[in-house]
Amino acid sequence: MADKRVKEPKGVKLDHISKIYQDPKTGKDFYAVHDVALDIVPGSFVTLLGPSGCGKTTTLRMIAGFESPDEGEIYLGGEPINALTPNKRDTAMVFQSYALFPHYNVFDNVAYGLRLRKVPKDEIKQRVTDILALVELSGMEQRMTNQLSGGQQQRVALARALVVEPGVLLFDEPLSNLDAKLRVQMRTEIRRIQQALGITAIYVTHDQSEAMSISDQIILMKGGVIAQMGSPTEIYYHPNSEFVADFIGECNFLKGRVASSTFGQTVVQLPTGTAAVNTEKAYAPGAECEIVVRPEAILIADEGMLPCKVELSCFMGSYQNYHVRVGDTLVKITDNCPVNKKIYNVGDNAFISFDPACAHLL
Amino acid sequence: MAKGQSAQLDRKKLLADPIMMTTIVLLITFLTLFILYPLAILLVDSLYGSNGLSLDTFKRIFGLWTFRQAITNTLKVGFVVGILSTLIGLLFAYVEVYVRMRKAVGGLFKVVSMLPVVSPPFVLSLSMIMLFGRSGLITRFLLGIYDNNIYGYWGIVIVQTLTFFPVCYMMLKGLLKNIDPSMEEASRDMGASRWKVFTTVTFPLLLPGLGNAFLVTFIESIADFANPMLIGGNYDTLATTIYLQITGAMDKEGAAAMAVVLLCITLAMFAVQKYYLERKTAATLTGKASRARMLIEDKSVTVPLTILCSLAAVFVIMMYICVPIGALFPTWGYKFTPLTFKWFEQVFTRYNGLKAFRDSFVLSLIASPITALLSMIISYLVVKRKFKAKGFIEAVSILAMAVPGTVLGVGYIRGFANGLFHTGLLSGIYGTGLILIIVFVVRSLPTGTRSGISALRQIDKSIEESAYDMGANSLKVFTSVTLPLIKDSFLSGLVTAFVRSITAISAIILLVTPSYLLITVQINEFAEKGAFSIACAFATILIAITYGSVLLMNLIIKFFGTSRKVKEVE
Repeated sequence: MADKRVKEPKGVKLDHISKIYQDPKTGKDFYAVHDVALDIVPGSFVTLLGPSGCGKTTTLRMIAGFESPDEGEIYLGGEPINALTPNKRDTAMVFQSYALFPHYNVFDNVAYGLRLRKVPKDEIKQRVTDILALVELSGMEQRMTNQLSGGQQQRVALARALVVEPGVLLFDEPLSNLDAKLRVQMRTEIRRIQQALGITAIYVTHDQSEAMSISDQIILMKGGVIAQMGSPTEIYYHPNSEFVADFIGECNFLKGRVASSTFGQTVVQLPTGTAAVNTEKAYAPGAECEIVVRPEAILIADEGMLPCKVELSCFMGSYQNYHVRVGDTLVKITDNCPVNKKIYNVGDNAFISFDPACAHLL
Repeated sequence: MAKGQSAQLDRKKLLADPIMMTTIVLLITFLTLFILYPLAILLVDSLYGSNGLSLDTFKRIFGLWTFRQAITNTLKVGFVVGILSTLIGLLFAYVEVYVRMRKAVGGLFKVVSMLPVVSPPFVLSLSMIMLFGRSGLITRFLLGIYDNNIYGYWGIVIVQTLTFFPVCYMMLKGLLKNIDPSMEEASRDMGASRWKVFTTVTFPLLLPGLGNAFLVTFIESIADFANPMLIGGNYDTLATTIYLQITGAMDKEGAAAMAVVLLCITLAMFAVQKYYLERKTAATLTGKASRARMLIEDKSVTVPLTILCSLAAVFVIMMYICVPIGALFPTWGYKFTPLTFKWFEQVFTRYNGLKAFRDSFVLSLIASPITALLSMIISYLVVKRKFKAKGFIEAVSILAMAVPGTVLGVGYIRGFANGLFHTGLLSGIYGTGLILIIVFVVRSLPTGTRSGISALRQIDKSIEESAYDMGANSLKVFTSVTLPLIKDSFLSGLVTAFVRSITAISAIILLVTPSYLLITVQINEFAEKGAFSIACAFATILIAITYGSVLLMNLIIKFFGTSRKVKEVE
C-alpha cells in the first residue's frame, strides 16, 4: 500500500486576494472575497468555514483556477499560479456532487488523471489498485458509478483526486450529499487518509462540527472576509467576535461592565451580580464588555453566582437542556448526564455559575 | 474596485489554451461570414444605392401595390394560422394529458406529431391540391364539384395549420404536464366544475405558453415559402413575392429591401417570443407535477373529445398517405387502375432522379455531421465555458432561428455572387456545392444548438470541471467527457440536420445552379407544372429516405446510446 507519498506536499499562499462579482439584480459590483491573506503549511488540513455566500467556495475555486482573482496573487509551492489554467495546476478537487464520469467504470474514473499524464499502463494499474485499497473499494473496479452507494461514490471521487498525487487536495463540501451517520464516518476516513499520505488539504464546509473534527486550522469567513483563523480549540474557546462564537457551536453572551481587571482575571459587573473570567490582558475598569460562555460550561444549582428563572427544561437523553432567564438575558444550559442530578422545572428559581477558565471576554 | 485583473487573467488563460482559442476564432468567423454578413449586406444594399445613402429602394418597393398587398396577406395568414394551430394543438395536448383514451388513439397522436418532422415542407399542399383541387379526388369524384378553387388564402391557411399545429401540440403538451395536478384538484375540491377548473386554473396558467405557441407558429407561417408557392395561386406572401422579385422581375435591390422588411417582422416577433413570453412561461410553469394526474374518465367528455381528435388525426394522416398513393395511380384525377410503378420508373429513367437523389443525399450527408458537431461545440461553449465572445456566439446562433430561409437566400445572392462586399473576394464559392452545404448548416444550426444546450444544461457542470482540474485540456474535456455524455443528443442532432437539409427548399431554391439537381426543387417544379404523379413519386422516395434515417437513428441510440446509463444516475 502506498502509505507514503513520493511527492512532497505543497504549501499554498493567498496574497491578499479579492474577487468582485456583479449583483445580478442591482448590477452593482461587490466583493465576493475581499483581501483574503493566508499561508497554508505543507501537509496541513485547513478548513474554509462559513455560512453560504461567505466566499469560501469562491476562494477554493480561485485556488483551483476556475475563477480568476481581481486582486492579489495565489502561490502554490512558492510559484505564482494566477495565470495558469486549472489543468496546468498541481491541484485535484473533490466536488460536492462527486462529479464522477457516468460513462466510465470505477477503474477508468480513477485512472483518468493518470492516463492524461501518460503514465505507463502497468503503473496505472498498480497505482489505481493501491489507491482503491486505501479508500476500501478493492474489487469494485468494474462497477459503473451508478451502481455505487453515495458513500462509495464519494470514495471514488476521493481516490480519483488522490491518485494523481496533487500538491494540494481541494474539497468542496464533499459530504453534504450524504446522510448524517455516513457523514461522520467519511470525515474520519478523509482525515485518516490525509494524515497517512501527509498531503496538503483545503476543505470547504458550512458544517462547524465537520470543520472542528478534521482540521488543523479553521478559517472562518463572513461576507467575503476572514472573521477568524486558528486551531479548532482556539476558535472554540477564544472567539474574537459574537459571530464567530455563535457560528461555532451554541453560545451565551452576558453583557456587563468591567469591575476590576488584572493580567489573568477580570471581574465583570452584570445587572444581577458579578462574574469572574480568566483573561490574558487587563481591561480598563468601567469598559463595556461581553462574557462568552458555552452552554455545557454553565452549572445550574440551588446556589451560585447569578440568580435565574427556568423557562424551558427538556430531557434530551444524554443531557438536560435548559433555557433560563438571567436578568433580561436568555441563557442556554446543557447539563450532561442528568441521571442523578436535580432536575429543575419550568418556573423554578435557581442559580447559575461557571468556571472562570471556561469563559471568555469580548 | 476594479475587475481589471480577473479579466486580464481570464484572457491569459484563454491564450494559454490554443485549441479553445482557435475554435472560438473559427466559430466567430463562420457565424459572422455566413449569418451576420449576408443579413448586413441586405440592409447596406437597400440603403446604399448608386446615388449614395437613400431610402429610394424602400420608397420604390412600398410604392408597389403587390408588395403592400403581400405584407397584408402574410400578416393575415400568419395571424389566422397562429390562432388555429394553437387551438388545435391545445385540443390535442389537453386530450393527451387529461383524458383517458385508448392506446390506438395515442398511437395516432404520435404519428401526427412525427409526420411534419420527416416530410418535406410542401407535401400537404401537394395532397391538398390532389384531394380538393379542380380535379381533386374528394371534390370532383366524391362530391362532384368541378370548379373548386383551393388555391389562395384558404388553401394556405388550411395547409399551414395542418403543418404547424403538431409543433404547438408538442409545446403545449410539455407545459400541461408540468402543471401540478393538486392545484386543479384544490379547485375541484372547492366545488368547481371541470369547465370552471379549465377556465380559472389551467387556462390562466397556460396563457403565456399559448402566446408563445401562437408566436412561434406565426413566425413559421410568415417564413414559410414552399406552401404559399404551391397552393397560393395569385395570393402572394412576402416570401413568394421576394422569390418572384428575383427570379421574375430580376430586381435584386428590390428583393433585398423586401427581405429586410420580412426580416424585421420576424425579428420583432422573435424578440417578443424569446425575451418576454418564453420567460413568462417558464415563470408560471416551473413546478414539476408532484404525482400522476387523475385522468378524466367521464364518457360524456372522453367520447366526443377522442372522436374529434381522432378524426382530425386521421384526416392529417390521410393527407400524407395521399402522396405515395398518388404516385401509384396511372393518371391522377382521370384513371385510377391498374396501379402502376411507371412514375417511379420515370423518376429515374426520364427525369434524372438518380442524380437528384444523389446530389441531395450527398450534400445533406456532408452538411449534417458538420452541423451536429458545430452545434454541440457551440452548446458546450455557451453552457460550460466563460469567455468574452460567448454572448455574441449565443446571440448569433439563436438569431439564425428567426431568419426566414428566403431572406437568407437573398442575402447569400447579394453577399457572395460578386464576392464579399462586391469585391470579388470569395465569389468562387457562389454557385458551388459548398455554398449549398453552408446554407444547409446555417439553416439547421439553431435547432441543433437549442437541443444541445438543453441536453448540456442537464449535465452537472462539475463533471467537466473535474476533468479539466485533473489535467485535461479543452479538446480532451470535450471529446472524453462532454461528447460521450450527450451522444444521444448528438446523434439526433445529426439526423435532424440531415432531414432538415434534404427537405429544405426556401433558401436553396434561390441559390441552386443547374449543375445541382435537388429533390425538393424538382418536386416543386413538377408540382408547379401540374405533373402531380411525378412530384408524388419524388416526394414518396424522399419521405422514405427521411423516415428511414429517423428509424436508423432510433435503432442506433437504442444499441449504442450511453444516455440510458447516464440518466439512471440522476
